[in-house]
Amino acid sequence: MCGIAGLFSKSSSFEERLGDHLSDMLIQMADRGPDSAGVAFYRNPAPVGSSKLTLFSPDEGYDWELLAGELSGAFGGGNGPEVRASHAVIVVQTDADDAGRWVIDNHPELRVMSAGETIEIYKEKGDPREFVERFGLRELSATHALGHTRMATESIVTTEHSHPFSTGLDLCLVHNGSLCNHNRLREELRREGITIQTDNDSEVAAAYLTWKMREGASLTEALESALDDLDGFFTFAVGTADGFAVLRDPIACKPAVMSESDDWVAMASEYRAIAVLPGAEDARVWEPDPGQVYIWEKEKV
Amino acid sequence: MGTAEQTVEVVDLTETTIRELNQRLHDATDGGPQNWRITHPNGLHAIGAGINAPLEIDIDGHVGYYCAGMNKEANVRIHGSAGVGLAENIMSGTVIVDGDTSQSAGATGRGGLVVVRGNAAARCGISMKGVNIVVEGNVGHLSGFMAQKGALVVCGDAGEALGDSIYETHIYVRGSVTELGADCIEKDLKEFHTAELSGLLAEAGVDANPSDFKRYGSARKLYNFSIDNADAY
Repeated sequence: MCGIAGLFSKSSSFEERLGDHLSDMLIQMADRGPDSAGVAFYRNPAPVGSSKLTLFSPDEGYDWELLAGELSGAFGGGNGPEVRASHAVIVVQTDADDAGRWVIDNHPELRVMSAGETIEIYKEKGDPREFVERFGLRELSATHALGHTRMATESIVTTEHSHPFSTGLDLCLVHNGSLCNHNRLREELRREGITIQTDNDSEVAAAYLTWKMREGASLTEALESALDDLDGFFTFAVGTADGFAVLRDPIACKPAVMSESDDWVAMASEYRAIAVLPGAEDARVWEPDPGQVYIWEKEKV
Repeated sequence: MGTAEQTVEVVDLTETTIRELNQRLHDATDGGPQNWRITHPNGLHAIGAGINAPLEIDIDGHVGYYCAGMNKEANVRIHGSAGVGLAENIMSGTVIVDGDTSQSAGATGRGGLVVVRGNAAARCGISMKGVNIVVEGNVGHLSGFMAQKGALVVCGDAGEALGDSIYETHIYVRGSVTELGADCIEKDLKEFHTAELSGLLAEAGVDANPSDFKRYGSARKLYNFSIDNADAY
């Protein structure tokens, strides 16, 4: 069992409070996944010509200022790091691919959690309630965000094994369920040149989407082909630069509820995570059909 | 009961825990309050599970998993939608949902009536053993799987594998059926069935013409072992 929460703002005033509301949703899902928690926030777009990295260091005293200095030495500019617990967000004056590669090449002790224009991924093992407070998530404004609480079944509990998993620039995936064919698929994806960092089954699903989209598939097409190629149980939520997508396995092993009000669109593993949102009592609520891709994006709402 | 005794016990679930509520409902077997209104259910699990008395219960809002599970005698009305396992193993009484239900509504139920005004998701009436279920909307895949007794009435459409491995439950569907499950076949709507269906529609307060429905049931080739079927295993 794991818990998923997704929230998409339809008004600028709601964006201001999105971190607070997503935190409430995540805490409702805490008993579905007490092992670790993670979020992806889409916020504060990097200026044109720059990109944003979220980096993780297991070393609590890590010198993020020094790293930021090195990055501005390499690429110009000079933005200080925004540090949240074990993570830091750094704006770099180059594209996200270059910036990410530079960190991997020069600082193997760090983990690139996300790269892109607006995405920030934070994740950590331990109780979701503590995670929300430790990372100061309530103060974050965002256009949309995804959250995950993990009850581990397929692999060990570490920060790296927590969700969301990055699946390309400004893309990430959270998963409730388990996959059976991840070992073979991981080897195939590695042969295709896709980087997979852990033995986690959900990371393979993220890598699969990365590969499909690299080969030219749209997100919808990639998710539809996942129905054929991924063997197992899942509710997936995928964060994109403009919104998020939801897909359940065709036999509906794992739950999902969706809801929409004038101010927001939300999805969660259970309704109780939606009940904490303002106006939930009057919002439209429905269960997404299994095996069908649902997408919300800025233009469409 | 005189009007003076028709007081309604109101329980607000933002102030009362599920355990406290359910304990009070279990204690209300005789002499306790008979009419209850539960507010702010907020998707919480196991609301009103295990009631064993002829109580009248209204729930204002959406409920979570296993609402009114194992219900005996009580009439429970949910003014909202319900999560997984609504009225699971219901014994008697009625459970009525104004909205939709998630999967496994009325699963394993042995008696009583479950009414869903909206749609029920997958596995509605799975392994039902005597409960009657009336769904005004659609049901999802694998509804009536291994259903043994009672009737499942679907006023809308049914999904894949309807009535898979069914025993003796009567299934009535007004709309389309995506696909029948193993050993489930269409059967004649005989006078007995039209009467049964009319009664259930009336009891559920649904305005529909019984002759618009088709009946489905067991071909009885799967649960009666026949040597001719040996190659099917």
